[in-house]
Amino acid sequence: MHAVITVAVKEYRDGLRNRWILAITVLLAAFAVGLAYFGGAASGSVGVTSLSTTIVSLASLAIFIIPLVALMLAYDTLVGEEEQGTLLLLLTYPLTRGQLLLGKFAGHAAILATATLIGFGAAGLLVAGDTGELGDVEVWRAFGFFILSSWLLGCVFLALAQLISAWAGEKSVAAGVALLVWIWFVLIFDLLLLGGLVMAEGQEGGWLARLLLLNPTDIFRLANFAGFEAARSYTGLTHIAVGPWFQPAVLLGLLLVWIIVPLLLAQWRFARRAL
Amino acid sequence: MTAPLEFINVTKDYAGFKALDGLSFDVQPGEVLGLLGHNGAGKTTSMKLVLGVIAPTQGSIRVLGESPTGHASDRLRRALGYLPENVSFYPQLTGREVLRYFARLKGAAPVSVDDLLERVGLTAAADRRIRTYSKGMRQRIGLAQALLGAPRLLLLDEPTAGLDPQVTREFYRMIDDLRGQGVSILISSHVLPGVEAHIDRAAILGRGRLLALGSLPELRDRARLPLRIRLQGQPDPEQTARVMQPLGFALCPPGPVLELQGDPARKLEAVRALLALPGVTDFELIQPALEDLYAHFNRHDGEAAPCMP
Repeated sequence: MHAVITVAVKEYRDGLRNRWILAITVLLAAFAVGLAYFGGAASGSVGVTSLSTTIVSLASLAIFIIPLVALMLAYDTLVGEEEQGTLLLLLTYPLTRGQLLLGKFAGHAAILATATLIGFGAAGLLVAGDTGELGDVEVWRAFGFFILSSWLLGCVFLALAQLISAWAGEKSVAAGVALLVWIWFVLIFDLLLLGGLVMAEGQEGGWLARLLLLNPTDIFRLANFAGFEAARSYTGLTHIAVGPWFQPAVLLGLLLVWIIVPLLLAQWRFARRAL
Repeated sequence: MTAPLEFINVTKDYAGFKALDGLSFDVQPGEVLGLLGHNGAGKTTSMKLVLGVIAPTQGSIRVLGESPTGHASDRLRRALGYLPENVSFYPQLTGREVLRYFARLKGAAPVSVDDLLERVGLTAAADRRIRTYSKGMRQRIGLAQALLGAPRLLLLDEPTAGLDPQVTREFYRMIDDLRGQGVSILISSHVLPGVEAHIDRAAILGRGRLLALGSLPELRDRARLPLRIRLQGQPDPEQTARVMQPLGFALCPPGPVLELQGDPARKLEAVRALLALPGVTDFELIQPALEDLYAHFNRHDGEAAPCMP
């Protein structure tokens, strides 16, 4: 346990040192404030929209940004150390491969936690202060849920990045695969589902909704939209996603599964990696 | 006291490629053993086996009396120091930060970090980022890292590759100090000049096999490498050959300098004859060096080269 914490603390410090944490925090805060301000532009008005409306558009944006940030943060977690020559050295220390992976994951997860909490949190306070929602407990619960689920979504992609890193032989390969993973989950997967939906001509939406659970970004989307009354009415997606699988708590649980399974696979793969 | 390190008939296969083939040797307490060989001879593989990062296909390894992949591996790893061949560490961290990180992982006292920085002469540069370090400074940080936790067995993989002679000398001075303190050291190298004076015995590897093992005098005896004599001045080559032939010394093919090669046991006779030879103003006796031994044991046909460069 001691070794895991040591590695995690080092990763977190690296995040502070190379200003990753600062950059992500500022990026998230800027997007959140920007969306709050311009979010209503589609309906013809510019100005600060309510935090509750902002969450819906922010969630759509987070789907693109958070996975990308997480993948960039962690894709070289093992190949990078290998190319520096420190991977072999670390493994000659009283430290198992599993502890190394877990420590790195914990450090990166802490970086994302800091950035989402401070970045989104500060933006939320700013917007709520402006629209007079500061005292609205419901809004804060939804916003807190959004931050928590954003963080979990990030952790899913951190875990996937670890898996990529444990598999790839070179940093450049890992970067390429990470990009493909992002494109697959964020762009292609939904397009394919949409195509399926059109071909099924709306006859049977149930199986399609289940397929959404195979994509962590869709789980995140469902969790935020379903957990949020205002969103239900104007996002068609949540209409097909009804039933016990689509409760917010269950969806968060599914995100956890999406974290644990890639981490275990990464562990398995890393254990077999020749040095 | 048992040997800190023992290889017993160790074979390591990598998907059909034999990296090590029936390798046996040991390192005695307080001994510096040179592991010599070309790239790919199995030096790094041997070190990884000692460290327990990989397991042997056949045979067994005893590190401080235990198996490096067994239940004692965590304890062993604290008692070992390792300097890998190519390690650039973390460029964005300072020397002190890197050492602190590794100290924490090894469970070594944080105060030892400052001592070690002092010992490798990096106190002044301790708070600079590794990015700004020269190759020699990186190797010194690497050595300090290997010395964390006062290891009883030290493994140095090509520690002086790429270092200039001055830094190499300094590096070996530190190795000598460590030997003086009773640390057993396994040092691998393919850069031979320099290592000679600092090792007790040499194990010469070629294609995963042990070609020779022993102290330098022992290896010299076994190899029966000829003594070379380099002549200065303008002696007549034909006369020289005529005089030296009966003493067992032959003339090397003409080159920039006149050189003879022959039986080291008849050195004194040869020297007397040379003193009487007209035109010789000076001469130089060249004992077979580690490099010659290495070349000798690496030659598969077992023939002696007619004249070494």
